[in-house]
Amino acid sequence: MDYQLTETQQEIVNIARELGEKKIKPVREHYDETEKFPWDVVEDIRKADLFGVYLPEAYGGLGGGNFELVIAAEQLARSCGGIALSALTSSLCALPILLYGSPDQRKKYLTGLATGEKLGAFCITEPASGSDATSMRARAVLDGDHWVLNGIKNFCSGGEVASTYVVFFSTNPARGNRGISAFIIEKGTPGFSFGKKEKKMGIRCNPTYELVFKDCRIPKENLLYKEGHGLFVAQGTFDLSRPGVGAQALGIAQGALDETLAYTRQRRQFGVPVSSFQAMQHMIADCATAIEASRALLYSVTRAMDRDLGPATEKAIKEGITVADAMKALGAKRWTKESAMVKVLCSDTAMKVTTDCVQMCGGIGYMRDFPVEKFMRDAKITQIYEGTNQVQRNEIGMAIIKEAAAGAVREAVAA
Amino acid sequence: MPIKIAVCVKRTPASTSVAIDAAGKVQTKGLPHGINPFDEYAVEEALRLKEKLGGTVTVVSAGEAEAEEVIRAAIALGCDDGVLLSDPAFAGSDGSVTASVLAAALRKAEAKLVLFGKETTDGASGQMPAFTAAWLDWPSVIGVRKVAAASEGELTVERLMEDGVDTLTLSLPAVVGVIKEINEPRLPSLKGKMAAKKAPVTKWTAADLGLDAAKLGAAGSPTEVVGLEPVPARPAGLVIAGATPEEKAKALVEKLKEAKFI
Repeated sequence: MDYQLTETQQEIVNIARELGEKKIKPVREHYDETEKFPWDVVEDIRKADLFGVYLPEAYGGLGGGNFELVIAAEQLARSCGGIALSALTSSLCALPILLYGSPDQRKKYLTGLATGEKLGAFCITEPASGSDATSMRARAVLDGDHWVLNGIKNFCSGGEVASTYVVFFSTNPARGNRGISAFIIEKGTPGFSFGKKEKKMGIRCNPTYELVFKDCRIPKENLLYKEGHGLFVAQGTFDLSRPGVGAQALGIAQGALDETLAYTRQRRQFGVPVSSFQAMQHMIADCATAIEASRALLYSVTRAMDRDLGPATEKAIKEGITVADAMKALGAKRWTKESAMVKVLCSDTAMKVTTDCVQMCGGIGYMRDFPVEKFMRDAKITQIYEGTNQVQRNEIGMAIIKEAAAGAVREAVAA
Repeated sequence: MPIKIAVCVKRTPASTSVAIDAAGKVQTKGLPHGINPFDEYAVEEALRLKEKLGGTVTVVSAGEAEAEEVIRAAIALGCDDGVLLSDPAFAGSDGSVTASVLAAALRKAEAKLVLFGKETTDGASGQMPAFTAAWLDWPSVIGVRKVAAASEGELTVERLMEDGVDTLTLSLPAVVGVIKEINEPRLPSLKGKMAAKKAPVTKWTAADLGLDAAKLGAAGSPTEVVGLEPVPARPAGLVIAGATPEEKAKALVEKLKEAKFI
């Protein structure tokens, strides 16, 4: 399928694909097995200029948008969903800073993230606060010119290896939804340390850590956007970041199908390649169809988002305001529904396709010597993080009912 | 001190399995092509020398207009500019004549150090570094697995031999043929690729190089390819059956005796 990429976009795809084939494939099993962070591949991704494809040129990026991010992530994840995440977790830190950061914060933090010299991470989860972010207990209290942070956050993807963290704290527990604020914290700040490292089912090379804050003092200006707007920052970020998870999922699905096609075409039973059996062909057809449909939605939604994000970013840089405020000023819509749809479709596709790929490969597909089972393990997280697919469906359902209600009101008025 | 380095690359089919037509010519039209894999090591070494000594790397390729693709691919990795040697008069030139074209271009480009890959994946003659050095009347070493020391005036290299390694020092200008043991080629960067699209690639014809058309092409070549045939397919292997390792070993010994290997 020709998605009419520009010359630059095609180069992003080519470079990410070549990097995946030459640098990721040979080491993916090693990093999955050892659960070590792939610093050497991160260096390759950095040298290939892939870290900043979606960030403005003013901060050392390529000047692309969400579309550039997803096409790069898809190709990296096609070789390894875990290693691709080492770049994607950085984008989940850069996006809230891009959207809600002040001009000074953008300049200070995005530059290192765009080149890949610094890695970023994002953490909102707590042991007792997952989908319900309002139940968070970690506290930030203003003390003169500093915020004092206390509490435990967990399940932080890219924890410990990242230099820059966007973390959410309750600044006013009495205010619930309006009592949460986002902060930018740098590794090495006294009082900020790393707790337990999780042992995971998939994406095992990407470290998932507990973040521990004990009287950690950060400058007042490290507050991201406004006090009490943390949940808004998180939701606005997820609106634009979920396609990144979709791209990771899509890459995983495609990579599993690539491996499965290669295997089923050469594996012979009853004197013929097993791919010549119609039972197999129907499974291949379903996988390929689901992948292409997911890709079509992912690409069209991110392209539409970029038509808002591009001008808003330009306006924000020119006028010295936040991108989020610029989007509002330009009348940009919220992308909650569409980004949730992308994430649900791509991640459900990834789970279904990778499961079917293990099935098509038979016994060897289940073995860890063969790459397909890893794709299945890596796929599962994409249905869970950045909002479970159940939460995504809530968002989609709610948005559709709101749209229908608004339409009903309009019809009533017209009548 | 800065040094003017040139690296010679060729555009070759990406696959080594190609058809041979009725006229005995290799059919490569329409096949995916790329930079000759052995040349990637030469490009990498040229870039490393440039990073160490300063200076520039010029990519030189002789071929049809499409060869510009591989010149730009090498520029994307960090080379500075390129020269495409293209002229219908060059068509059909043998190794020696092609080398005479390269030599004329390298002289015109004022290169002081010329790097080549071991051989190409299509012709695979492996003659180009030595022929080119002969035309230039410069010292040359092929089979280089390491550049041990480099300066503006000379180069010390390790040449891999069947029975060991020679360490040789060449005065510049010189020609060096590298082998794949020498380095691990880098991958292109996005910014490199974008810059490569706009990089200058000069085109030189026989006339630009002051070459005599009578000494070029198939007619001007002292050698001629008289026949080509595909490499015969590898015969199927033999699986020795048997219930136990002992039984299998016995059967294997029988087979080896039968074939008069033992």
